[in-house]
Formats: sequence, C-alpha cells, structure tokens
Amino acid sequence: MQSVRILRNAVLAALVAAGGAQAGTLTIESWRVDDKALWETVLIPAFQKKNPGIEIKFSPTAPTEYDSSLTARMAGGTAGDLVACRPFDVSLSMYKKGNLEKLDGKPGMENFPATAKVAWQTDDGKDTFCMPMASVIHGFLYNKKVFRELSLQPPKTEEEFFKVLDSVKKGGKYAPLALGTADQWESNQIVFTSIGPNYWKGEEGRKALIAGKAKFTDPQFVAAWDYEAKLGTYLGKGASSQTYGDSQNQFALGRAAIYPTGSWDISYFNQTPDLELGAFPPPVKKAGDKCYISDHMDIGMGINKKSKNKEDAYKFLAWLGSQEFADIYTNKVTGFFSLSNHLITVKDPVAKQMIEWRASCASTIRLNAQVLNRGEPSMENELWNVNAQVLNGNLSAKDAAARIQNGFAKWYKPQQ
Amino acid sequence: MVRQTFPWHVVFFLAPAVLIYSLFSALPLIDTLHLGFYTSDDAGLNHFTGLSNFRTILFDQTWSTAFWNAMWNNTKFFMIHMLLQNPIGLLLASLFSLKGLKWARTYRTLIFLPTLLSVVIIGFVWQLILSPLWGVGEKLMGYVGMADSFAPWLGQPSTALLSVALISVWQYIGIPMMLIYAALLAIPEEILDAAHAEGASGLRVFWEIKLPLIWPTLGLVTILTFVANFNAFDLIYSIKGALAGPNYATDILGTFFYRTFFGYQSQIGSPTMGAAVATMMFLVILIGVGIYFFFVQRKLTRYEL
Repeated sequence: MQSVRILRNAVLAALVAAGGAQAGTLTIESWRVDDKALWETVLIPAFQKKNPGIEIKFSPTAPTEYDSSLTARMAGGTAGDLVACRPFDVSLSMYKKGNLEKLDGKPGMENFPATAKVAWQTDDGKDTFCMPMASVIHGFLYNKKVFRELSLQPPKTEEEFFKVLDSVKKGGKYAPLALGTADQWESNQIVFTSIGPNYWKGEEGRKALIAGKAKFTDPQFVAAWDYEAKLGTYLGKGASSQTYGDSQNQFALGRAAIYPTGSWDISYFNQTPDLELGAFPPPVKKAGDKCYISDHMDIGMGINKKSKNKEDAYKFLAWLGSQEFADIYTNKVTGFFSLSNHLITVKDPVAKQMIEWRASCASTIRLNAQVLNRGEPSMENELWNVNAQVLNGNLSAKDAAARIQNGFAKWYKPQQ
Repeated sequence: MVRQTFPWHVVFFLAPAVLIYSLFSALPLIDTLHLGFYTSDDAGLNHFTGLSNFRTILFDQTWSTAFWNAMWNNTKFFMIHMLLQNPIGLLLASLFSLKGLKWARTYRTLIFLPTLLSVVIIGFVWQLILSPLWGVGEKLMGYVGMADSFAPWLGQPSTALLSVALISVWQYIGIPMMLIYAALLAIPEEILDAAHAEGASGLRVFWEIKLPLIWPTLGLVTILTFVANFNAFDLIYSIKGALAGPNYATDILGTFFYRTFFGYQSQIGSPTMGAAVATMMFLVILIGVGIYFFFVQRKLTRYEL
C-alpha cells in the first residue's frame, strides 16, 4: 500500500512540473507571475546583500492554477521551501494537512499586528502558519486624459457614477468600463466584492453571514447584485469573451475610461508612461454615506514543512519581516501594501491615494474569504459563475442571491 | 521424447512491454479505481467509504447536476466531431485519393498541420481571431457584409461549446483524413480499374466499392474520436479555464475531473472524489468501446484484398 502511494505521488509529481527542493537553494512558490522581474532584480539581491551564499529561485505559477498545483506539489513532496499563502481557508487547509510550519514566535513575526495575522491563523488563533506580507485595495482606476477630454469628474455617488458612464457611452469614442467576464474571477473579486461592501456595510455584513444572522437573499446583498447588473449594461458588446488581459490592454491603450480593479494593477499600468492614472473608491449610494472599501489581506509567506533547508528559509522569513523588505515591497511592488508595523511612506501617487482611503472609509476583506469558502459547493467558484452571469445580463440579482444562499445553506449549519 | 522446457524466451521478450504497461498504465488505473472507494479527512488520511463517493456524484444535487451537465456537454462535443470532423475527413481523403489532383500534397500538409501544433497555441490563436476587441474575425466577416452577425461566440452560453468543438474539429481533422486516406490507397488498383472498365461512375465506385472496403477504418476512426473526446480536456482548459464558463457551458468530463481532483481557486481538490469521477469516465469509455466491439465491429465484413 505504501509503495502504491509513493508511486502515485511520484506520478503526480511528474505530471505537475516540479520545482525541486534542494539544500543550499531556496525556492519560492508564488502566484505573482507579474512580479518575477522585481523579485529577481530587486528583492532577492537586497536579501543576498545581507545574507550572502543563499541562492534563491522565484518560481511563480499562474494565479488560477496556483492553489491546485501547489497542493499537488505538496502531496508529491516537490513543493518549494517558501510558499506564498493565500489568505484564510486555502492556506488553513494546507496547514491542517501538515504542509506548513508553525511560525509563532519566529524572528520577524513580532513586527505584525494581530489583525494582520488573523488571515493566516487557525480558528482558535493559537497557531500562525504564514507571515503576513501585503494587502491590496480594490477600487476604480480612471484615465485622466479621457476624463479631461470629456470634462468629467471622478464620481463620489452612484448617481454621479452612472452619469459619468452615460456620457462616456454617449461619446462613443471610449469604452465606459474596461471589463470582461471570460475569465470570470474579475466579476467576483473586483466587481462584486469591491462595490458590494457599501451595501452590506463591510465587516458588519460579512460577519453577519458567518454568524448566520444574515442571508444572501437579504436586501443588502440582492441590491449589490442589482447594482452590478446595472453596471453590466455599460460593458462592451463582446464582454462575455473579453479576458482579464484584454481588459488590461484595453485600458492601457487608452481605449477605456474606467477600469474596475485592485491596487495590484498599478504597477502594470505604470509600464505605460503615457497613461495618466487616477483612482476613486467605489461610489456610495448617497452623498455623505459612510464608505467601505475592500482592503484585502492578499498574500503571506509560509515555510514548507518538508523543506530541506529550513534554516535558510527562516533567515529569509526574518528578512521578510524587516523594515527594509516592507519598504522595498510597498514601493517597488506598487499596489501591494505591507501589513507590518513599520512606518512606510508610499511613493507612488496612485497607490498613495488608494492607501489614504483607509483613513476615510472602513476596510473589509473579500466577502467570502473567511469560513464561507469551506464547503461544497465552493462558494468562490459559484460566485465567479454567478457574478459573470449577472454582469452579462443572463441571471437576475434575485436568482443569483438564491443560488448562492442555497449552496451556502447546504453545508453551513448556522445558515440552516 | 524431448522434455518440454519452460519457454523462458517468451517471458524475456514480453517482459519489457508488460512491465512498462503495468507500471505506467495498468497499476495507476487500478489504483485510481481503488482510490475512488476512499475518502480523505483534514489530515490527509484516507478511509474506506465504499460507494459513497459515487452516490454523491450521482445523487447529491449539486454534484449530479454538474456531472450530468458535463456528460451531456461531452456527448454534444462528441456528436459535433462525428457529424463534422469525420465526414469532412472522409470527403477530403476521397478527394486526395483521386488521381491527377494538383497540389494534393500541399493541401494535405496544410490540412494536417494544425494537428501538429500545441493545443495551447491553437487555443490562443483562435481566442485572438475570435476576440471581439482585437480579433480579425469581425473585420473578415465585414468584407462579406456579415459584420453584424459577429458575436462573442466563445463567451455566450449558447455558442461557447459549439465554438470550442469547431476549433477542435479544425485542429484534428487531419487525423481521420490521414487514416482514411491510407485505407483508400490500400484498395488495389485492379478492382477500381475493373469497375471503371464496367462503366461505373465515380460516385458509384465510391459508394459500392471504396466505402465498403474502408468501413473498418471508419469504425476505428469513430472509436478513436469517442475515446479522445471523452478524455478531452486541454483545449477547453486553454480557452475557457478549468471553470469552463460561461455558466459551465463548456464543462466536459475532463474539466469536471480536473476541478474535482486538483481543485480550483479556493475549491480544494479531493484526490478520492477525483478518482471516483475518473472511474466514472473510465466506465463511460469502457461501455462505449464495449458497445462498439460487440454490436458494430463484429458485424463489419472484412474483405480479403
């Protein structure tokens, strides 16, 4: 039996291209494909200056494949030494399977506030298994040139927002929203969980769902889907087969006025110097309403329990907790904000603008990141599907709510 | 009498094939079938649960909807191949086997070429061609006055599966074409000459002489298409991702299996559940191939040429 299992793991490992874990070299697993150059030219050399002799390889996997291929590599024993952690349940499940080291009290961990560590702790808060690295903030980017040309102002309320969208649409020269639904994830992660918190009052609504005090079919959630459906009418005619990459290009080429996104995209658009970026938070219902932003703990770093080079891995982790890393990461990997206690000045103007929303708006994390994803059917996948359909006008807000609630109530006791 | 010695040489010559086949095909298959009867807990340990995984797939509402949706889509995917890929392959092969066709070799190479390309390239190229933002599709259709009929075919629930299937047909049409072409070439000249001498028309020669002689090859092509389609995964994955959108309109058994086994995004993969799905796929293919062998293959007449 044991040999069969070993064989199966070997076959699995061969199937999923393997990044070898050798002593002397540290391999970092991550889904941040876009940051490869930054890691190789800036972050790793900065670490090596202080710790000569430790070789580091940054080996990212495409975001949509990361979780599944990492799980397979963990099972096959070929995963890298350091592992970028998704927040909450995905990493928690890896920890429970014994794939990650317990990090409490390790050097560097003392630099993070308890609120930041929550995303990578067991439910009882006793074990922390990843070091918090960064959060991202969701919002809308806009093309300042286009706004000037059409003499528009960044909207504060929904009414203003729709006015802006209408006038761009009427102009006919630019697409009002650079957004597609082919890849589906944007529909949930950067539309629904970004515009929705104003409706369900951020943490209040999210916690009510976990506590079983609110349902997705309640008006505050249905209204968010209604609003999303209305936004859907401003999408291009081919939006249903427009990918995330298409939308990025569409906006970068100056063909669209507004791009719903998260702060992580700033660095991508900074590669296009002609593009004048501005940002505004999700507009509120009425002027003077309290605003909520999705300020999502996005990435942490853990250590593979089977790493052959834990000593160096811990050295690296200690450096990840340092002021130096926080500064480099926040300012070079623009749009990712360090979660540490260190005082960092954000230099990029757009990123600075976004982080300042924290002062005026209440922060919340993505609606389904904690607990809600644990069951079967997977709420994340359901939300992708449902939100893409709502944006395309193929599903009503009410039906969307009913479908998500049904799937949720199926396995979650407090909702039954 | 010479004492019969054990035929060691037979064992010797069989060993490499048997070993490699058992190690990389039979053993993993048996282990997969076996794993389908287990379930794993939080710590990753497996426990025997009998048929409960299969019961979940077939009777749990969420699972069975997804499973039957994938099964039905897969059937449609197969039907489209049977209705288009194989008849067109047959047509092309018949044309190429005609004597005196100019540029036959060039056409043959061009038509076979996509088969040699990586699925990832095919998926990428077609996504670009059909892209509503940058694709040449809309412009090309505009030249013949059909720009208005252009739609984001890969994104609409009603057309996505058909579009992906057509891309697959486009890619793989070379294979039935080549197989049938080879079979057509194997028909002895004398038979065809005799038919012509008797005054049979080209069409009659095709229906009454060539077709009966290549039925076994067409049968083979059917079964190859069946197995390949019910194991398909790569094209859908490269174009639509593992979530096979929109609203699972392009979800086939392969992508359903992938999501179950490896997980997707925050859906955590379950090797045991995945093995159960793989077993179902194996059964579908086994039954399909079984039906073919018992009811079709036996009835085919083979002619000694």
